[in-house]
Amino acid sequence: MTYIAKPRVSHPGLPKNELGLTSRDYEGAVSTLCAGCGHDSVTAAIIQAVFELNVEPHMLAKMSGIGCSSKTPAYFVSQSHGFNSVHGRMPSVTTGANAGNRDLMYIGVSGDGDSLSIGVGQFVHAIRRNLNMCYVIENNGVYGLTKGQFSASADIGSLPKKGMPNQQEPIDPVSTALSLGATYIARSFSGDKEQLVPLLKGALLHSGFSLVDIISPCVTFNDHEGSTKSYAHTREFYHHVVNIDYVHPSEEIKAAYAEGEAMPIHLHGGDTIVLRKVDEGYDPTSRASAFKFLRDRFNAGEITTGLLYVNESREEMHELMHNADTPLSKLKFEDLNPGAAELEKLQRRFR
Amino acid sequence: MKPTDTSNPDYFHKVVDCQWGCPAHTDVPAYIRMIAQGRFSDAYMENRKSNVFPGILGRVCDRPCEPACRRGRVEEKPVAICRLKRVAADHRDDIRDRLPRAPDNSNGKKIALIGAGCASLTVANDLRPLGYDVTIFEALDTTGGLMRTNIPQFRLPPKVLDEEIDYILDMGVDLKLNHRIESLKALLDDGFDAVFVGTGAPRGKNLEIPGRYDSDRIHIGIDWLESIAFEHTKSVGKNVLIIGVGNTAMDCCRSSLRLGAENVKVMARKPRGFFKASDWELQDAEEEEVEILVNHSPREFVIEDGKLVGMRFELMEYNVDEKGRIDRGTVTGEKFIPCDDVVLAIGQDNAFPWIERNIGIEFNEWDCPVVDETTMMCTRKGVFFGGDSAFGPKNIIWAVEHGHQAAISIHKHCHDKDIEDRLPMGLNLASQKMGMHEWSFSNDYNPAARRLMPHVDLKQRFKKLNIEVELGFTVEQTIEEVERCLNCDMQTVFTEKLCIECDACVDICPVNCLTITDNGEESELRTRLSAPADNHEQTLYVSAGLPQTSRVMVKDEDLCVHCSLCAERCPTGAWDMQKSTILIPYASDEASDEQPTTAAGGSGA
Ligand SMILES: Cc1cc2nc3c(=O)[nH]c(=O)nc-3n(C[C@H](O)[C@H](O)[C@H](O)COP(=O)(O)OP(=O)(O)OC[C@H]3O[C@@H](n4cnc5c(N)ncnc54)[C@H](O)[C@@H]3O)c2cc1C
Ligand SMILES: Cc1ncc(C[n+]2csc(CCOP(=O)(O)OP(=O)(O)O)c2C)c(N)n1
Ligand code: SF4
Ligand code: SF4
Ligand code: SF4
Ligand SMILES: [Mg+2]
Repeated sequence: MTYIAKPRVSHPGLPKNELGLTSRDYEGAVSTLCAGCGHDSVTAAIIQAVFELNVEPHMLAKMSGIGCSSKTPAYFVSQSHGFNSVHGRMPSVTTGANAGNRDLMYIGVSGDGDSLSIGVGQFVHAIRRNLNMCYVIENNGVYGLTKGQFSASADIGSLPKKGMPNQQEPIDPVSTALSLGATYIARSFSGDKEQLVPLLKGALLHSGFSLVDIISPCVTFNDHEGSTKSYAHTREFYHHVVNIDYVHPSEEIKAAYAEGEAMPIHLHGGDTIVLRKVDEGYDPTSRASAFKFLRDRFNAGEITTGLLYVNESREEMHELMHNADTPLSKLKFEDLNPGAAELEKLQRRFR
Repeated sequence: MKPTDTSNPDYFHKVVDCQWGCPAHTDVPAYIRMIAQGRFSDAYMENRKSNVFPGILGRVCDRPCEPACRRGRVEEKPVAICRLKRVAADHRDDIRDRLPRAPDNSNGKKIALIGAGCASLTVANDLRPLGYDVTIFEALDTTGGLMRTNIPQFRLPPKVLDEEIDYILDMGVDLKLNHRIESLKALLDDGFDAVFVGTGAPRGKNLEIPGRYDSDRIHIGIDWLESIAFEHTKSVGKNVLIIGVGNTAMDCCRSSLRLGAENVKVMARKPRGFFKASDWELQDAEEEEVEILVNHSPREFVIEDGKLVGMRFELMEYNVDEKGRIDRGTVTGEKFIPCDDVVLAIGQDNAFPWIERNIGIEFNEWDCPVVDETTMMCTRKGVFFGGDSAFGPKNIIWAVEHGHQAAISIHKHCHDKDIEDRLPMGLNLASQKMGMHEWSFSNDYNPAARRLMPHVDLKQRFKKLNIEVELGFTVEQTIEEVERCLNCDMQTVFTEKLCIECDACVDICPVNCLTITDNGEESELRTRLSAPADNHEQTLYVSAGLPQTSRVMVKDEDLCVHCSLCAERCPTGAWDMQKSTILIPYASDEASDEQPTTAAGGSGA
């Protein structure tokens, strides 16, 4: 928590995006999280990503539940829409919002507690629906807000600040999402913005559900020796397998991506991401091999990061349901509510 | 890059842009905080320590600190440093009992100071408290040099001058007025242990063009201003041309208006942007409706029937290249401009007709003595120069700094010590953390714009020659302006072994000063920072390799607003805010043979 607000004064040479905005224009209120919390770095990465994507603030909706992580939407893009829901219920609220207005860009920010404990059912079904959203888990292995109890992502043997090591099997959001058929799955680290910002950009543009699981150390309750979610531990066991670069529709894909070495993936909106393998043994387009790789590396104590799985061919929720292109919120009342006679006609079809 | 060596006092000194830019290194942020606390006398004394004449300089200093001020890089206008100095002076109590005092007994050394301008007075100020017998020889019947004879009273009231000069003379200086030194040789024979020459640059430049000697209405600027100061000149014609557009010209045109001129034109040879006068002096003159005509090069004085009727000018055109350099220009025409008086304000020269050329004092190609820039000694041992006499016309604050350095040399010379072996500057650093989110200083950025000096009404001010135009800041203005200071002496100090590379500081910095990245050569590193780092005059603060990744923390000092947020957001205290105090040695420190340790500035606010 900081008492003075971050002053509005800024570097006069700050770059501007296509809307004439600087990254400072995408900031929110000053953070009330502990100094050094990984979540604040994720906030900074989100700001950078939406700035670079020229997102119009009023076309963004920030959704969250409860937790330190879930507080963070207050700290970015003040001029966007937002909903801070009940603990673990962000996915349903986002489903509703998205159903009503499919034109907005949805970013949900959740925690490992919010998504993998109380909200795990919600999380799972959002994936199943292939809800078009970017789902960020700020994963610190604990319930930060309630003073550091182990969460469902804590690894076996990980030590709390005081007390006994965790003995329960962790839920890995990445493998979970992979098994449920999510179409954009990434893992990153709050302390590596070079990797994180492009992953977030890809996730925001991806059509369908995209998960970005971010190791985001809780500096107060889970950054000590013996913790497997500390800054030092994450850095030591970090294994980066697939790098991505975001390519703006107006840019040509650079010649530097020699054949075979780089894999361009065209996103629905016309943007492109270019994948580059850092670890030759990894194939981010095969669910089966990704699953095995992740298990093996996990058992070896490594934290696999990068864009771990991507599949642009699956339809997202509205497409699956053959919904109107126009957001429901923008349809005229008569079109939304054609009257009792029309309803009767419709019901007759299903009798 | 190598890790930055912050143990060299120059490193943090340079971050305090104003103090670094001030020739006398006045601790500006320290005195501004004192003003913020209402400690006007303390602020005055803090100033006096380095610049000796706060009341005078608070009005007329050339203020090299202001263009240097960081605030001017972050937004448009620097802090009104000079105006705040005047606030300290205007609102101080009687501080006479806090002044240095001369000891009861002399140390037996006799020093002669030639000229009673600010340079000599500073030497006296520094040496009297050490027991030196100081004699000042002054040609005129009054003290102050150009500060009294040339700076007009509507900018610098005599009362202010008298008070601050008396502080020095009251330490017991033997002042010999109306005592022009005609021969340095003779003075040297009088048995002084050291001689200081503070005689200024007393000769106004002439303009040798046709008609120059055919009228008595053509005046040399600095002589003319002096004759106004001494009330020998009490009037001037209705139409006056001032030749030249430096600060002297500004004083001449504004003085003309007060002597009855109705139509005053300042004739500039070059276009705007190439004027020598400071912006604020130009503004003040233009506010008084003085007209500045550019691209007019004087050709001749036009005399009819033995009477000056005007001047003829060549109209010029110039080319300016991409680097902003101007060529010599081409003549495109001619113009006659009628006038009753002409004042030449085109510069000053040094003149030493009274220094014999066979007494071991070497003169250079411009007929100026060869003077060492550190010791202020000329090629004859025991003879020192300072102020305008040393390296040509500069300003008061440079003269003061020369005086301080000459005093150190004189002290060493008189005690047979090596004058080159001087105490170095020192550095004190003290953490300013008072609590979780509390600092000893006000760290919140005040976005207020620079306050404007209130002036006496345009009609009122011309009624008499000595109505001070600037009224001084009001309380409200002062309260706002002190908060504009960024406290650049509150240094960000980094301890790499504590850093866990959480990026909190990098993310919070409002001006994107900070980056954690792989090390590299400076020019290449500058291209990889959080924000453009194009100001190469400002340093990069580079850490050693960080514990977890061996990357380095890089801070571009250029735009840091010293808000402390990096230190507040740092979970480990790797960044801390520490007040730097630059310890500047004076003659008294050399005398006590100790590095100065007292931070009279203190922290606070
Ligand atoms: C019109 C004008 C306006 C200026 N305005 C400003 C301003 O606003 N701010 C600023 O910082 N600077 C200003 N300056 C410059 C500033 O006044 C000088 O740089 C400064 O006064 C130099 O101080 P000094 O002690 O070296 O010499 P001076 O002030 O020139 O004093 C020299 C003294 O030595 C005496 N003297 C000379 N020869 C002898 C001799 N042989 N024997 C005995 N006595 C002798 C002189 O009578 C004089 O009193 C201005 C200058 C001029 C001309
Ligand atoms: C319905 C309900 N149950 C329990 C809580 C208490 N609670 C608040 S935050 C939290 C856990 C948050 O953990 P996580 O999502 O990992 O967020 P973090 O603080 O670690 O970022 C819990 C259990 C609550 N607010 N509401
Ligand atoms: S308790 Fe942990 S998760 Fe919550 S703000 Fe503090 S460091 Fe971040
Ligand atoms: S004090 Fe720290 S946070 Fe504030 S501007 Fe300077 S470097 Fe940035
Ligand atoms: S906030 Fe502190 S620990 Fe974190 S990166 Fe900055 S200096 Fe290092
Ligand atoms: Mg958590």
